[in-house]
Amino acid sequence: MTGPAWATATQGPPRRRARRLAEQWPMILVLALIWCLLWGSFAAGTVVAGLLLGALVVAVLPLPALGLNGAFRPWPATVLAARFLYDITTASFQVAWTALRPGPVPRGGVVAVELRPAPDVLFVMTAELSSLIPGSLVIEVDARAAVLYLHVLDLAASGGPEGVRAQTLHLEERVLRAFASHEDLQRAGLRPAAAEAGPGEGA
Amino acid sequence: MSVMGIAATVATVLIAAAAVLAIVRLERGPSMLDRTIAFDVLTSTIVGAVAVEAAWSRRTESIPILVVLSLVGFIGSVAIARFAAVEPESERRIRTREEVAAENAAEIAALEAELEAQRRARRRGSVPPRPDDADGEGGAV
Amino acid sequence: MNLDDPDIWVAVADVAAAVFLLLGAFLTFSAGVGVVRFPNLLARMHAVTKPQVLGLILMLVGVALRLRSWPAVTMLALVVVFQLLTSPVAAHMVGRAGLRTRKVSPDELEVDDYTDKAD
Repeated sequence: MTGPAWATATQGPPRRRARRLAEQWPMILVLALIWCLLWGSFAAGTVVAGLLLGALVVAVLPLPALGLNGAFRPWPATVLAARFLYDITTASFQVAWTALRPGPVPRGGVVAVELRPAPDVLFVMTAELSSLIPGSLVIEVDARAAVLYLHVLDLAASGGPEGVRAQTLHLEERVLRAFASHEDLQRAGLRPAAAEAGPGEGA
Repeated sequence: MSVMGIAATVATVLIAAAAVLAIVRLERGPSMLDRTIAFDVLTSTIVGAVAVEAAWSRRTESIPILVVLSLVGFIGSVAIARFAAVEPESERRIRTREEVAAENAAEIAALEAELEAQRRARRRGSVPPRPDDADGEGGAV
Repeated sequence: MNLDDPDIWVAVADVAAAVFLLLGAFLTFSAGVGVVRFPNLLARMHAVTKPQVLGLILMLVGVALRLRSWPAVTMLALVVVFQLLTSPVAAHMVGRAGLRTRKVSPDELEVDDYTDKAD
């Protein structure tokens, strides 16, 4: 894509709008899928209506392209999902226990975590997941420096600031291993530059 | 009573208790953001109540309500958060008439005290030059 | 017990639905307790993001197990996805607004890298 990212986002001449429709077809598919799920049917008419509405939304309410050039690796993604389910369950019951147990509630703290350089989409994904899972909550983001400011409810239980940093970096590593492209993995230092792509890699 | 009947009853009691607690926080505040959070909990207790009812009576027509509620709660929270970021300290909550009157009286008293201090200073002839006097007229005594 | 009998699976699904509903309601209740008991804005937000989201998801799974009809299940799945996507965003917005307007004083925190950086 040439030019700044916002150039495609602004209301442009019809040619630019058509290009946006061509570029953002995955978004249209997702919107059509949501439409079908809302109606609870995949009848031909519903799918067509969903696609038309999706195209309308993308054309009329423009957003800049995400610039997705990632990969999808089934096994790391499964690990990420399984670990997510386990973590959200334990985190929820931990917070529930913290709320219900007698005695004083811990004071908590704000910890800065510096993440690896990664594409914006994966950075956002890490931030969202780290809000839901370990005992932390993203309260401020410095996207340029890739720093998350996390509030931790029970610092002692999370192993202090260092423990929180280690947990969040592990989470980011799982996200990157599941979705980052080969080059992004190298840039993040998760893979030596000379390493060959292993089996099951779809770059 | 069936298993589902017992579960639905207990769940309803728990959800109602959560709603009451959320309302307590809604009342206490102290800031708009605390109330947003309380409102979020309240919304999800409503979602929970509709869900329990749907499960108990096996009705499917209330499910769209859940979709709408889950989105409306989010939009509400985000809107309030954006709005609250520039929220002045004085507008944290709606004040009673007495409090407003007391605040006005305090403000007037402070203004009068300031005027009185200036008057005294002028009488002594030591008025400091005002910083907005660009041409220096006020300072040339 | 005859496992080919469809009634047994109906009963199993109903009992599982009841368990999910109860767990979800319990977590929602604990979110309510947390919102009242936790000492400051940021701590309260933990109650809103974690137990409440999982509580809601568990209750919706319970409803899905009980209704057992595809249109309802797809719609419930959609609600779950929306919850997972929106709840951290909403919490982040609220937390950021709270931090920027100093709703939480640094004295209430054990560690505060954010204020330390700003100073």
